[in-house]
Amino acid sequence: MKKDNKGFGPYNQKVIDHFTNPHNYGVIEDASGVGSVGNPVCGDMMKLYIKVEKKAGKEIITDIKFKTFGCAAAIATSSMITDMAVGMTIEEAKKLTRKDVSSQLGGLPPVKEHCSNLAADALHKAISEYEDKRNSKL
Amino acid sequence: MKRIYFDHAATTALDKDVLGKMKPYFSDKFGNASSLHAFGQEAKAALDESRQKVANILNCDPLEIIFNSGGTESDNLAIKGPVLAAFRDKLISKPLHIITTKIEHPAILKTVKQLEKLFDFEATYADVDVNGLVNLSQLESEIKDNTILISVMYANNEVGTIEPIVEISKIVEKHREKRQDNGNNLPIYFHADAVQAAGYLDVDVKKLGVDMLSISGHKFYGPKGTGLLYIKKGTGIEALSTGGGHENGLRAGTENISGIVGLAAALKSAQENKEMESKKVSGLRDYLTQNLMKKIDGVILTGHPEIRLPNIASFLIDRIEGESMLIKLDLKGIAVSTGSACSSGSLEPSHVLKALNYPPEKIHGSLRISLGKENTKEEVDYFLEVFPEIVYKLREISAL
Ligand SMILES: Cc1ncc(COP(=O)(O)O)c(C=O)c1O
Ligand code: FES
Repeated sequence: MKKDNKGFGPYNQKVIDHFTNPHNYGVIEDASGVGSVGNPVCGDMMKLYIKVEKKAGKEIITDIKFKTFGCAAAIATSSMITDMAVGMTIEEAKKLTRKDVSSQLGGLPPVKEHCSNLAADALHKAISEYEDKRNSKL
Repeated sequence: MKRIYFDHAATTALDKDVLGKMKPYFSDKFGNASSLHAFGQEAKAALDESRQKVANILNCDPLEIIFNSGGTESDNLAIKGPVLAAFRDKLISKPLHIITTKIEHPAILKTVKQLEKLFDFEATYADVDVNGLVNLSQLESEIKDNTILISVMYANNEVGTIEPIVEISKIVEKHREKRQDNGNNLPIYFHADAVQAAGYLDVDVKKLGVDMLSISGHKFYGPKGTGLLYIKKGTGIEALSTGGGHENGLRAGTENISGIVGLAAALKSAQENKEMESKKVSGLRDYLTQNLMKKIDGVILTGHPEIRLPNIASFLIDRIEGESMLIKLDLKGIAVSTGSACSSGSLEPSHVLKALNYPPEKIHGSLRISLGKENTKEEVDYFLEVFPEIVYKLREISAL
């Protein structure tokens, strides 16, 4: 049961907020890169779309969207990582780890830590897809 | 916020009348039923009366009832007890064999697996069809001359399918006679886990033809931590908990008199009202099911369409995950359950839905609604009002 701002069961309130009102979900039609990952642990799926634009010689993630089929932690970490990655250079975003996401959310229940892999892996995959495309154009 | 409880297969609220009957046995009539003095005799009288009450319902001898702490303990005794007795009676010429099904409660499955792990022991887990009905011809073909026990649940706790207990007991009886003709003196017993069934179905053990039957108090508005195992006279069984000679020497420990009084009262009330309650709750369940299917596409009703408990409706909702649904419903005040991998501590999807042959991504969207006597049409209407929005929102986010 939700008690005023005390979170829900094993989840803290910030996780529940991101879960109930996720930021940046959807699709980017002309994405620069798409990362599609499945969670081998429980079978969940995430797709992450990034738009990368060059600004002052830097490659910046200017837009990011996700689609996730998974538990509350998977949806909350998806939402969180999009908030964190938008505006970053791709080099900065590559350094984002699953731990960064989970600590930004104020922690996940131990059995749910693995869900944050989904978000981090999808972001890294989207970036590497973008880089592959970029490199093949060189 | 209004709270709505749709999870009666998990547990139920203690009935207020039952509580009233239990109350004297906490502080006033607190005696130990084994004591010879008046305090003890008061407790003993309540124990005897409860046992007689239950025996009348089960249509058995009071001495055939072992009161204990619930379904899990009953299932453990039903499986391990005959195995220990076979050792005691030196009936073992080769590894013993148990047949059960793939959809049993963990109280059965983990117990059988433990025997397999620790001892030279054989186990068969019979398949079920897509509706959850056990494959009878497979079950029968698996019976061997070293089979000591067949354990099949009366009704499944996740999908509600009712198993053909009477047919199975006939099969077992046939093989028992055959065994006698062949001079094989290893007994073969039939146990049914009636934990989910006892609130709504006939538990006359003579009609069912079982040798053992597990029942748990908290599934039909009785107290938690109470249960019983019916053990037919003549069944070879050894105690798991040894000590004083309580419960016919099969379950040592000072009896939980208030709990036993509550268990007996709750079982009596559930059994007396089962026709009426079944009709009421299945009407509500069908109303929920039909309207849910109308309002949302991509919904499958799991379990047998007709041969099912009146209170359980179990669904697979396409493209979304069960724990997400559960939390969103709980935030709206509605309590349900799910068999999704994400919601289980082990991150394994429901073994029951797997045995019904649903693929993992479908099982991901599992939702179980189990109704009870206090639920109303208004509550179902509220569910039908809020649930579609939850589904649309999660599908909008879904990667599938
Ligand atoms: C079919 C079945 N068997 C056994 C049990 C275990 O019963 P208890 O909770 O009383 O130990 C349950 C309840 O969860 C059940 O549904
Ligand atoms: S993604 Fe399945 S447990 Fe979180």
